[in-house]
Amino acid sequence: MKISITIILALVVFIQGCKEQTPSTKITPEEVQELNEMSIYNLPSNWNTQDGNQISFIDLKGQPLVVVMIYTSCQTACPRLVADMRFIEEKVGTKAATQPRYVLVSIDPLVDTPERLKKFAAENEMSADQWLFLQGTEDSVRDFANILSVKYKKINPMDFSHSNIISVFDKEGVLQFQKEGLGLENDEIVDQILEISKI
Amino acid sequence: MKNWVLIGALALIHFSTFGQENAMKKIDGGSYLPLYGNSNEEVNVSAFYIDPLPVTHEAYLEFVKEYPEWQKSKVKGLFADKRYLEVWENDLSYPSVLKNSPVIQVSWFAAKAYCACQGKRLPTVDEWEYIAMANEVKEDARGDSLYNLAILRSYETPKTYLLQVGSKPSNVYGVYDLHGLVWEWTLDFNSIIITGESRNNGNTDQGLFCASGALGANDLMNYAAFMRYAMRSSLKARYSMTNLGFRCAKDIKQ
Repeated sequence: MKISITIILALVVFIQGCKEQTPSTKITPEEVQELNEMSIYNLPSNWNTQDGNQISFIDLKGQPLVVVMIYTSCQTACPRLVADMRFIEEKVGTKAATQPRYVLVSIDPLVDTPERLKKFAAENEMSADQWLFLQGTEDSVRDFANILSVKYKKINPMDFSHSNIISVFDKEGVLQFQKEGLGLENDEIVDQILEISKI
Repeated sequence: MKNWVLIGALALIHFSTFGQENAMKKIDGGSYLPLYGNSNEEVNVSAFYIDPLPVTHEAYLEFVKEYPEWQKSKVKGLFADKRYLEVWENDLSYPSVLKNSPVIQVSWFAAKAYCACQGKRLPTVDEWEYIAMANEVKEDARGDSLYNLAILRSYETPKTYLLQVGSKPSNVYGVYDLHGLVWEWTLDFNSIIITGESRNNGNTDQGLFCASGALGANDLMNYAAFMRYAMRSSLKARYSMTNLGFRCAKDIKQ
């Protein structure tokens, strides 16, 4: 008897591990059905914000997203990526038709806790509402990176090698534009964000 | 009580239907020098289980019956491109000649979901490469020129995805078809970072990746491995390619 219940429980656990769950409790199944098939709102994962709240990407519906993947202990490229994000945010300012959210997703979810992300936000003057920092799990981070075609590899206990890509999603969560590389001209991505915010 | 036992037993039977018939092989851990790495440091590979055979069309059909969201007309574009199961006649039918051939035209997301639904996962690049060093008699056959030649020959042979799984001899671990049929998805294929003209180490585009200069090839004589790494670095997770299949791995619980 005990064994059979254990077996059933074990089965239930891994069925849930592979079944797509409804992304958020705030969204009805009908709304999920209506999502664009290319939308990141189809990702079932939950994320922790820098304020310790749990969200799914579908909770960000209706806002364009400007997304970058970083980790807070990064000494080399990330400060420049963060600087790019701040520059872009400043340039876009209030000119966008719909105010975008600027999302920084950690590729190091074991180290980058909400507390740590909040501290990082404060240190980089990114505490205002348009800035969102996300901690996932190793699995959800890999899924998300693969949506963005971001490559990363842990090269020692402290550091990751990773793609330097800033991605822009429209209000339906569909990837519309990507900028790859560091320290390049940001005018094009600013123009793209302004265009995409009208869609 | 009897009902519970029955349900449990039925569930087990049900799950084994789309599992591989053959039991997973246990691979003892070890270390190896990967083609790409930080430096000339060996990488440790912990013990793990691996499917002895690639997943077949027949097994994949059972999966899509159970999980309709992965049928070719229903799969979301976010998770698989247009070539997903292109060779299949419809949602629940593949050309019968392919029954025991490795399933192909499956995206990384689909392969990952298949394994998760069996309580398994995709093997990592290091796990895959570690067991792929073996031939029929040796755990590390990379120094054997015939071993390398045979792999390269198979890469040159067209339509090897039509071959049946398990029809060639297994390697020393009892694992079949790592070479010779199809290339296989790995969990962390997106950790392979090769930019620019990587045959020339000094010519990578340092701006595209943080710390990209740290990752160079260690053994350029291993051309077959080089081709696999280059292939992985060119993949995106929604790609569904005609020469790319998968098998599952599993952690060993401590």
